[in-house]
This record gives sequence, C-alpha cells and structure tokens, in this order.
Amino acid sequence: MTTDVHQLDDGAWISVNDSREINVSDLWLLARHEFCDCEMADFLAEGVVEVGVDHPDIAARFAGRCIHCGTEGITDWLTVGRVIDPDDGQFYGVVPESVHVPRKRTRLAGPE
Amino acid sequence: MPSKVENWKSEVYGNEIREHLMEFAEEGWDAIPEDEHDAWFERFKWWGLYHQRSGQESYFMMRIGTPNGVIEPDQLEVIGEVAKEYATGPVDNPEFGEAYCDWTTRQSIQLHWIKLEDVPDIFEKLESNGLSTQQACGDSWRNIVGCPVAGKDKHEHIDAWPIAEDLNETFKGNDDYANLPRKWKVSVTGCDQGCGQGDINDLAFEPAEKNGELGFNIRVGGGLSRKEPRFARDIDVWVPPEQASDVAAGMSALFREYGDRDDRFNARIKFLMDEWGPEKMRRVLQEEFVDFELPTAGEDMRDQYTYNAGHDDGHGDHVGVHEQPDGNYYVGLDVLVGRMGAEDTIELAELADEYGSGEVRLTQRQNIIVTDVAEEALDEFLSEPLLEDYSPDPHPFMRGSIACTGSEYCSLSITETKNRQVRYARWLKNNVELPAGVEDFHIHLSGCTASCAQPQIADVSLRGMKTRKDGEPVEAFDIGLGGGLGEDPHFADWVEMRVAADEVPGYIENMLSAYEQRRADGETFREFVAARDEDELQALADAEETSYEDPYMHNTKMTWYPYADKDDMSASPAPTDGSGQPITSDD
Ligand code: HEM
Ligand code: SF4
Ligand SMILES: [Zn+2]
Repeated sequence: MTTDVHQLDDGAWISVNDSREINVSDLWLLARHEFCDCEMADFLAEGVVEVGVDHPDIAARFAGRCIHCGTEGITDWLTVGRVIDPDDGQFYGVVPESVHVPRKRTRLAGPE
Repeated sequence: MPSKVENWKSEVYGNEIREHLMEFAEEGWDAIPEDEHDAWFERFKWWGLYHQRSGQESYFMMRIGTPNGVIEPDQLEVIGEVAKEYATGPVDNPEFGEAYCDWTTRQSIQLHWIKLEDVPDIFEKLESNGLSTQQACGDSWRNIVGCPVAGKDKHEHIDAWPIAEDLNETFKGNDDYANLPRKWKVSVTGCDQGCGQGDINDLAFEPAEKNGELGFNIRVGGGLSRKEPRFARDIDVWVPPEQASDVAAGMSALFREYGDRDDRFNARIKFLMDEWGPEKMRRVLQEEFVDFELPTAGEDMRDQYTYNAGHDDGHGDHVGVHEQPDGNYYVGLDVLVGRMGAEDTIELAELADEYGSGEVRLTQRQNIIVTDVAEEALDEFLSEPLLEDYSPDPHPFMRGSIACTGSEYCSLSITETKNRQVRYARWLKNNVELPAGVEDFHIHLSGCTASCAQPQIADVSLRGMKTRKDGEPVEAFDIGLGGGLGEDPHFADWVEMRVAADEVPGYIENMLSAYEQRRADGETFREFVAARDEDELQALADAEETSYEDPYMHNTKMTWYPYADKDDMSASPAPTDGSGQPITSDD
C-alpha cells in the first residue's frame, strides 16, 4: 500500500491514509531556517500549502507567521511525521512545539 | 496535473452524490469505507454537509441555502424544529444552549452536530417545505445573495428578488454548472444603497441604467479569502433583467472552462481576473460564452450607495422599523453574532406569522428581518418579550458585531470566535461610551484568514492569530481599521498585530477615545482612519488589559470542544453512531 497524503479544506489539515493527522493553528519551533531572522522562529501554521512523502517521512510546507518577529511567508519542508511501515499505514506524528529543521526539498511532492 | 479533489470530483460529483449519501446514511457512519472518508466528505459538501473539525468526527455542519435570505411563511418554523430535533451535540454551548441556528454572512443557515444517520429525515422535512441544502457548500453556484429587503424597499430601482429566484432555479441542480473549479458566489442588487455587497462576490449584478432602461452592470472577481482580498472589477457590460441569467450562464461557464483545476489555492475567479484583467474577461465572455452582443456598461448608482459606506444615512443594516412601499413595515432584529436558539427561532416563526405574513429574511450582517407587519400591529409586535433579546433598536456595539464559526467547529480556525465576540460586545456596551454621534460601528471577527466574517469591510477588523503572554501561547488577533463598502469600497488597514485576545477590548476603547479627542468636525471613523498613515494609526492607541475577562485564551483548537468540562482531545466521544454513542475503534 502506498502512503496517501494530501491537504484538505483549503489547507486546514493533512490527511494521511484518510486520517486527519496534522492541523493548522499549532506553533512550530524552527531552527536553522531561512523563514525569518529569528534564531528560533516561533512559527504559527495557518495553512498547509504543499505535502510530500520522503519515505518514511511525511513532509509539508506551511503558510503562516513567526509570532516573535511578525514575518509572514511559506516555510521550507517540515517533517510532520512518519509512516514507517507502508503496509500498516500507521502514522507517527512529530510534536510541533519541539524543534524542527526545515529542508529545501522533499522527494515526492505535489501542490494540491 | 489535476488536484486530488478534482480527481474525486471527476469520479462522482453533483446531484449523483445524493444517492450515495442516502445509502451511507441508511447504513450508518461505519459504512463509509475508511480509505474513502476524504473523498466522500469532500463530495458531501455539494449537498450542504461539511464534516466538523478534528475531535468531532462523524458530526456535520449542515448549511441550508436560502436565496437572497428569503425564508417563506412556515419555513422558519421548520428550520427551528429541525435544529431542535437534530442539531444537539454532546455538550451545550455556554452562551447559546443546546440547539441553535446560525444566520450567516451569506444569508444562509448553518446547523451543527448533524448526524449522517439523520440526513434522510432532515432532507425530507426541509424539502417538503421548499428548503434545500443543495450546493450550499462545495464547488459550484453557492447561495445567491442580495439586498435582503428586495421587493419590500422604498429605495429600490429593480426588484432583484425575482432575478435572484430565477438564477437560483436555473443554476441549482443544473448539471452543466455543477462541477466548477471552486466555489462560485453571486450577488444581485436592485436598490440604490448597495446592500447586495456585490463588491466581494465572484459575480455581481448592480443596478444601472442604459438608454432609459433599468438593468445591471456586471462586476467580476471579488472575494476576501487568504490575505488576497479583491473587490469585483467592472467588466463594462450591462444586461437587461431578462438576460441576467444568460450572462450568468456565460460567466460561470467561462469559470468552469478557464478556472485553475490544478491548484485549488489559485482557483477562484479573482485570480483569473488578476491574470487577465477586465478587458480580456469581457472579450472571452463575448467571444466564447454568449451568443448576443453584450452592451457596454450603463450608468450605475454607486454614488448613492449608503450601505456600510461609513456614514449613518439610508436604511443602513436593515435593523429597526422601516416602511415598505405597500404601507406595511419590515422590522429588522439584531441577532448577536447571528446565532439564535432553536426555541427562540420557533417562537419568532410564530410571531412572524401572527404579526406579519410569516415571511422573514436574513441579512448579510447575520440578522433577521420580519416583513409585512401592518402599521396597527407594530406596537404590539415591538412589545413582545422575545424582542428584548433580539432588539430592533440595539446598542451599536451589539448591532455592529459579526463573528464567524471559529474553533468551535471549523478546521481552518486559529481561535475561538462567537462566544468571545458576545463577551466583547457586552463588555464594550457596559464600559465604553461611543463618541457623540456614532450610531453605527462595525466590529467583525474572523477566526482565520478565510474571512467568513468579512473582517476587511468593518470599522474594526479582527483576524485570528496567536501570541505569547508570559511565555505561554495565547489566542490573539490582528487588528485592522477603517474598512467598508459604499461607492469607494476600502479594505481595512492592518494596524496592530498579534494583540492578545484579552487586550482587544482595551485597544478598541483606547482607539475610540483617540478618535473622539482628535477627530475633525463631522469626520467619520472611516475618514479618520483614511486620513492617517500606518505609523500615525499605530501611535494613536495601545492594547491593554482591562476588567474584560477571556475564558478562551488557551489553544481552543487543541480541545475536542472548547466548552466541554473535559475538553482534552482524548475525552472526545467522537466518532459516534446514529444515537450518539461512541463507536469504539475496531483495532
Ligand atoms: C464550518 C465552517 C466553515 C468553514 C470550514 C468555511 C470555510 C471557508 C473557507 C475555506 C474559505 C476560504 C476559501 C475560499 O474563499 O474559497 C471561506 C471563506 C468564506 N466563507 Fe466560509 N467557512 C465556514 C463558515 C462560513 C460561514 C458561517 C459563512 C457565512 C455564510 C461563510 C462565508 C464565507 C465568506 C463570506 C468567505 C470569504 C469571502 C470570500 O472570499 O468570498 N463561511 N470559508
Ligand atoms: S473565517 Fe476561518 S475560522 Fe472563521 S469560519 Fe471561516 S474558515 Fe473557519
Ligand atoms: Zn521570526
């Protein structure tokens, strides 16, 4: 079974194998990022822009704002969780409030 | 490459969704194959069912589209009864009780906590009374909006109601326009006050005169969502009333063919308008989508527009007692944040029947109007106890408040909205004196950038955000000022960002006092804002804590329901079966 990932309801949440997994409105701490000038961006996710799979990682780019400095924009790729065994499809989400390092690209991406 | 949603739509969409929906409803929630949830919930929208947010699985918001906000005699009672019987969730709302109706900014009705299993009974009850949920959500012709007192108003040039009705009959359920790239919002205005709000719709008909004949000028490409607000643009086309539906067919076919089906974020026609401009829009419409010569624009009446124009003349927001051309009266009632209890709704239906014709109408300011009240009956109607809660003469802070659905039910939300706005309005009413002469003051609160509460066209715009207070994340708002419609519509300027929710009332108080002290003679709030640049506006007022208390500062979106005693996601009973019992997971 391939892992089926998409964003729905105008970017409100990420579906992984038809299960709602990641929602907007969480704060993500970003390190080593180019989103804004803050060393650690305190990033409010307002909308999912793009999703991708880079086995075993599920990745996404979000639109939102650093609530520390006010910069608005779209992040690079953030790992939002993992599907380790594509056969059982079980999703293990990351904790948004812990530290994340955005990446420039992911392997299989598609805007929706 | 077509988006995933487009692929689902190409498999099953439009009218044919209904039989599947009914089958699932008969068999129960569990009958929807787990790996088809997303596809079916996307499709159910077309029949007015929107799956509620995370933590509320198996419950739906149901939207009923009432064209132009017209609710015919006996229908309001049906709506109230459906709400009472079916729209009760596991936990009551502390401000609004157990069952309620939401009157929306697009003159529709929203009910919450609807169970799939109840849909056949609800549809039967609604449809046997001429009501429908068809196309209330999803990618097609949405509820048609217009001047809510069309046909009952002294300021009218054309009675827009038959035209809205005709468009509704032509395009609802019409397979040719059932599958559009995105939502398609249409407004028809017939009066000289501009209360159809055409400027923020995809397609707007606005009254205009050509060679002595009354008809409509056409504007295209308005919309507020996603920090990309646009006013609809004049495409230099006039139509006589009898051709309105031909031009509407042409425009929506143009959207069907040229709208972006690869990227939903770029799909609304406002983005095609950005790309093409009004001249090309007109040319393509003429060459490919209509088979008669389109007349150029006629003389519009925009210079007379008073609705939300920043000054206090005209019939304003329709609240209050107004004479109709036939000598009867319409009475506009203020419904704070558009939410009315089911029992109150049923009672109002009885009053409308007793004192008026039984007809009521919804406005684009989330209020309700009782029409056709005879002059002799007015005093008695006005002294009904229900009108103490839904006043025809409300305090400006109550009257001017609009709020969207927010984190109570909506997936896209960042913050709690309606209950908070109720508390804001009450606090402002009790604590803040409006500057002399200000009778109209609009505060619109949206829980995110989708802008369902239309914040950009208010005096004070609030848009859901987050900030930190003592290191802890709390709900907050960006604050905009000075938006409105009228001849020269203007979007609010975003002035103060990420204000903690409990400091917003203090900010508004301070801003109003700065306005009172510094305004020029006769200067309206909108003019006052327009006369100042961003730095000056920022310097005028600060946010601050006051005696206002906010019980929703925490991340309400992380709860399964913000007002539950045990609000933790893991305490959610959802999904539940047809009788509301939790379905235990089978793995
Ligand atoms: C469960 C609740 C709701 C959800 C999930 C929802 C979803 C959305 C989304 C995703 C957008 C922005 C995207 C777009 O423009 O296509 C939007 C915009 C809008 N919605 Fe809602 N909505 C909800 C409730 C409402 C209500 C109660 C109303 C009032 C009828 C409403 C009216 C509008 C308006 C006026 C806009 C923005 C202006 C525009 O671009 O036309 N929505 N909504
Ligand atoms: S403005 Fe945002 S939070 Fe409010 S109802 Fe619309 S989509 Fe939901
Ligand atoms: Zn920053």
